[in-house]
Amino acid sequence: MPVPVCLSALYFMNLRGEIIMERQYRDDVTRTMAKAFQTEIINGKDRGNVPVVNLGACSFLYRRENNVYLVAVTRQNVNAMLCFTFLNEVVALFKSYFNKVSEKSLKNNFVVIYELLDEICDHGYPQITSAEVLKSYITQKSVRSKEKDGDASYAAMEKAKAVSMQVTGAVQWRAEGLKYKKNEVYLDVVENVSMTMSHTGTVLRASATGVIQMKCFLTGMPELKIGLNDKLEDVGGGQERTAGGGHGRARSKKDIELADLQFHQCVNLSKFTSEKTISFTPPDGEFELMKYRVTEGVSLPFKVMPAVKELGRTRVEYDVKIRSCFAESQQATVLRMRIPTPKHTAKATFKLSGGKAKYVAKNNELVWKLKKFQGRSEYTLHAEVELVSTLNEKKAWVQPPITLDFSVPMFTASGLRIRFLKVWERMGYQSTKWVRYLCNSGRDTKNGSYEIRCQ
Amino acid sequence: MTSRSDARYFTSQKKGEVAEWRDEIHDPDRDKRKNAVKKAVIAAMTVGKDVSMLFTDVVNCGQTDSVELKKLVYLYLINYAKTQPDLAILAVNTFVKDSQDPNPLIRALAVRTMGCIRVSKIIEYLCDPLHKALLDPYVRKTAAICVAKLYDAGPEMVTEHGFVDHLRELLDDSNPMVVANSVAALAEIREKSCSPDSTVGLDSKVVHKLLAALNECTEWGQVFILDTLSSYVSQGDQGAERVIERVLPRLQHANCAVVLSAVKVIVVQLEDLRDPARVQQLVRKLAPSLVTLLSAEAEIQYVALRNINLIIQKYPDILKSEVKVFFCKYNDPIFVKQEKIETILATERNIDQVLLEFKEYSKEVDVEFVKKAVQAIGRCAISIEQAAERCISVLLELIETKVNYVVQESIVVIKHIFRRYPNQYEGIIECLCDSLDTLDEPEAKSSMIWIIGEYAERIDNAEELLEAFLDTFLEETPEVQLQLLTSTVKLFLKKPATGPQILIQNVLHQATIETDNPDLRDRAFVYWRLLSSDPESAKDVVLAMKPTIRDDLTNSPQTELLQGFLRQLSTLSSIYHKLPPLFVPHDPLRTRLLYGQSGETKNTGLDGSLTNLHENQEIVSGKKANPDPLVDLMDGTNLKEEKLGNSKNADTIQLADPVTNEFRLFYPSESTLLSADKGAGLEISGVIMRGEDNLPCYSLKLTNHTSVHIDHFQFQFNKNSFMLAPCSQLQYSKVAPNESFRCLLRLSFSGSSSEKTASPWLQVAVKSSHQCGEVFYFNDRVPLESVLLPEGRLEYEKFVQLWNCATDEYVAQCQMSELLTPEAVIRAFDSLNVFACSPASFSESDNSSVYLSAKAPGPHEEQWILVKITFTSTVGYLEISSRSFIKGYADMIYNSLRRLLLGL
Repeated sequence: MPVPVCLSALYFMNLRGEIIMERQYRDDVTRTMAKAFQTEIINGKDRGNVPVVNLGACSFLYRRENNVYLVAVTRQNVNAMLCFTFLNEVVALFKSYFNKVSEKSLKNNFVVIYELLDEICDHGYPQITSAEVLKSYITQKSVRSKEKDGDASYAAMEKAKAVSMQVTGAVQWRAEGLKYKKNEVYLDVVENVSMTMSHTGTVLRASATGVIQMKCFLTGMPELKIGLNDKLEDVGGGQERTAGGGHGRARSKKDIELADLQFHQCVNLSKFTSEKTISFTPPDGEFELMKYRVTEGVSLPFKVMPAVKELGRTRVEYDVKIRSCFAESQQATVLRMRIPTPKHTAKATFKLSGGKAKYVAKNNELVWKLKKFQGRSEYTLHAEVELVSTLNEKKAWVQPPITLDFSVPMFTASGLRIRFLKVWERMGYQSTKWVRYLCNSGRDTKNGSYEIRCQ
Repeated sequence: MTSRSDARYFTSQKKGEVAEWRDEIHDPDRDKRKNAVKKAVIAAMTVGKDVSMLFTDVVNCGQTDSVELKKLVYLYLINYAKTQPDLAILAVNTFVKDSQDPNPLIRALAVRTMGCIRVSKIIEYLCDPLHKALLDPYVRKTAAICVAKLYDAGPEMVTEHGFVDHLRELLDDSNPMVVANSVAALAEIREKSCSPDSTVGLDSKVVHKLLAALNECTEWGQVFILDTLSSYVSQGDQGAERVIERVLPRLQHANCAVVLSAVKVIVVQLEDLRDPARVQQLVRKLAPSLVTLLSAEAEIQYVALRNINLIIQKYPDILKSEVKVFFCKYNDPIFVKQEKIETILATERNIDQVLLEFKEYSKEVDVEFVKKAVQAIGRCAISIEQAAERCISVLLELIETKVNYVVQESIVVIKHIFRRYPNQYEGIIECLCDSLDTLDEPEAKSSMIWIIGEYAERIDNAEELLEAFLDTFLEETPEVQLQLLTSTVKLFLKKPATGPQILIQNVLHQATIETDNPDLRDRAFVYWRLLSSDPESAKDVVLAMKPTIRDDLTNSPQTELLQGFLRQLSTLSSIYHKLPPLFVPHDPLRTRLLYGQSGETKNTGLDGSLTNLHENQEIVSGKKANPDPLVDLMDGTNLKEEKLGNSKNADTIQLADPVTNEFRLFYPSESTLLSADKGAGLEISGVIMRGEDNLPCYSLKLTNHTSVHIDHFQFQFNKNSFMLAPCSQLQYSKVAPNESFRCLLRLSFSGSSSEKTASPWLQVAVKSSHQCGEVFYFNDRVPLESVLLPEGRLEYEKFVQLWNCATDEYVAQCQMSELLTPEAVIRAFDSLNVFACSPASFSESDNSSVYLSAKAPGPHEEQWILVKITFTSTVGYLEISSRSFIKGYADMIYNSLRRLLLGL
């Protein structure tokens, strides 16, 4: 049976494969393993950069962050998913402590990192990784202030006890006894829409992933409830849900279908399954309440119609039309279209109906920027690209897809809306709630991309 | 002195700095002291510099009220305690004091650190604080893990102090984190203990407790619990339903590890559900969560895809309608793209869409990825008959692009399609022939040559085409040469005109006289003789019908193997698509302990699942009669090794023994010799090892899967190289139904010898009461070290003399670990009757070579075995050359050494 361990040692290496820092959690690996990783993977070739590699008796699971490799080493049949989620947590944690994970920042924060590494994992088992919690007792300056107090005072001791209760407790993400003058809740729905469209305009793949980000400044131990306009049908065809968590509101036609939902650990999942309400006691400050994914009925904010013509061997002509499909009252901020060009492009000339365009030689692409894009409007680009004529270009040039970057505030591709947000606390105070929506294009592997194939 | 400036410590490299630090450590100024310790720790942990001489100085700093300094000192201690065990005892005082500190954070720190220091003296002091640790939840959760650490260092101590019972009590703890860590610790102890079920049972009561704790736990704790639950064998339908019902909500967790572990528990429990409709319904619920994993970080996507790949082999319909999510985005990392291609399951309904995608991919830049895309098109053609034609037309389009590697890969794929649909699409051969000149990869070449030979009668100029290849016959790779030979013969048999006659003579001449590849030569001779003696029967042999091939996804007969993988979801095993014994170094200690047990009853749950895996592995490997079990094992278990692409096993790095840091030999592990279905319910596994009287013995485990008692076992060996024969019989042993029985069958060298070549194979016949006179046979490989004779010592002069006149030789190089030193090897081998002999004038410069001699009992007479191992430690290589006087020995010696030394 697999043991739920995730690693035996964690190395932080620079791009040359030298160890910046290491922490060994189990006895079964040695520093020599790091050498093997260096020669085989960092300096080795042809491994397809697969993030899990088995070298003899050892397995390496690694990811890169800036100029640092985080390498987990193990000799056991560990839970790989656990390992990678842990590595990602480590990166997130370090970022929240010192903004950026890089060789320099690791060296600069040496002591606090070792303190953290000691705390987040024990014997290869992940322990406490939440930044909010750890910051309550591992601080970059705590030691200094304690020393000023002279001997470990009674107050510090009490605090340590409280901390130890809280970090292990059932609501470990929130400390007791918080107080705010003004009770406020900010709720942002941020979506990333990812799509691939063929040159004829057929949508090959479209989906939206969204997160609900919250910022809570609330007194005491409040309980929050949120209602969404989703259908939330039980696949088994079980109980009928009273939409809006007991509001008894008739289901409107605008209800959308969420393919999947994932919640922050503060959300009571059993309650969600049985009653279909999202209720939770939030952490203090900023956190990600839930993630969701929509595959059906995604409304795409932009449609692009490209036409690429190769004129002889030295000229390529681009005609691209882009149309916005959201309501007129809405407006996209900063839209950037990237059109890849052949490697040996010499120069490009443009005719635009709006915005600015230029050829970026470094990335071999034309970039067209529009600062504002009203709903239900249309712009065109006509570009002529001249190529340096090469004598023996054997392989035909294949046009990579056009990609789009944009943000559209107050728009959601999924159509998701927050129906209600209720705050309940024993003291019964009033709270102010702010809700915003934002739709972005996917910009990386995680969030996908908004791409249009040209042929 | 803020922490901002810590980076500068990383660069200081001047001489004499250590002495300077020592002074600073004793400085009365607290900040200075702290910085000195900081420097020492950095030097040790990152630069890899040896600062162990500061041990006492640093440890003395531990008695401080500055938590930061204390942590640094502890960090230093963990690093060096192993090498300075005597000094480490100095730290005990600090530990004991800290473990009684009123501050729970410091108490926990002490407990945690003590557990990391595996010095027996310190561990003795650990038990006391552990008992006392239980007041505060933070300390309790640390203590729970510490028990697992303690078990690593001294299992007796854990039993002695009843810590396992303590852990089990902690499962009832009010604090969720304590529960989670106790679960993890129990799981680890269970995994490591020899009799898992007596220590920690996973019964329905415990399971109920765990399920209840699930909702309260932290995300990591949930993973611990779910992983533990995944090995639970529920009692029937209802039990499974209950587990699934409680686990389902976890699919909604934001943490990907929780989600995948939950999927695993559900998939395992599904086996116990009898209603197929219900199974379908539950499986459908898994789909959305699996898809969501694909919108996480690239590494997580990769793990998810490898796992999805396994799940869809069992439940092909699960993601049927979601095929779009596996379409590659242009910017996906290459490893994600490759996995996505593998996971796209084409069906009749979506084939057009899928083909369009594959065509798109085959235009991309990355060669490997493009090849995979082309292969995927081939897979579609092979699995969906209705779509074969469309696939072929796409392939032809690709060939027209004239992009070299696309063309070559397409030809390889088309060859497979021809094998799947013989005589259906030969119209396209003409197009293929057009790109003949561009082929330069062996696989593409031999595929093309195969096609020419197979369809010789339909290709007018087949002769010309082959002739063009024959011009460069001698420069081709063996793969191409063999194919050329066969295809020419086919051509000759199909069109016995004059042209081919010259060709065939040409090729036979070149293959037999001008090459020294034995395979090629032998095959050419076989053809030659066939053709010259009886051309008609040659036709029957060479042009015989071949079995058609099928898609590897639709024919997965290895359901048991697949089941094994599904139990491993989310672990490394699921990523490598290999079962754990193949990549987790096996622990000799554990194996030995297992041997010690006799008459064990069939385990359920934990250990049961482990043995199951072993069995699966063997069932698969038994399928083919490949003489090399290692290769065979790989073939069988890597479901899709070929598809994986990087099928080559990485070089082994050998690791230190976790406890003593010393090199140890790798002994062969027990394997299934006779599977239950071959043995009509009788299953036999075992391994030959050296017995106590220095004679070999067979450590056997007999399992009875029938419903009657089996007894009166009789074992008989065929002639073998070592003249092995059973000394006694197990006539009075009895195995009850559904139980296993362990025994030692003593062997002697009194059997009859096989012919003049040496081979490790041993053929065994078994007879027992229940077989009604029928005899079962199985083959086993004799580990060479188990049969060596005690009188194998040689003087150096004699060694040299024998070495020079030996007739059989084998030389090879392998990569080795730093632990492997000449001394370690000599020490390890001495107990195996393998003796080192050193030259009379043993010079310093020569000590990188080890000369070993041994004596084996046969064939015919006792045989000398001579070995020279040369260590090239600077490059980490090891050259093994072995010699003997009988053909086959040298090879066998090399294989045994490689396994013993490197575990390969």
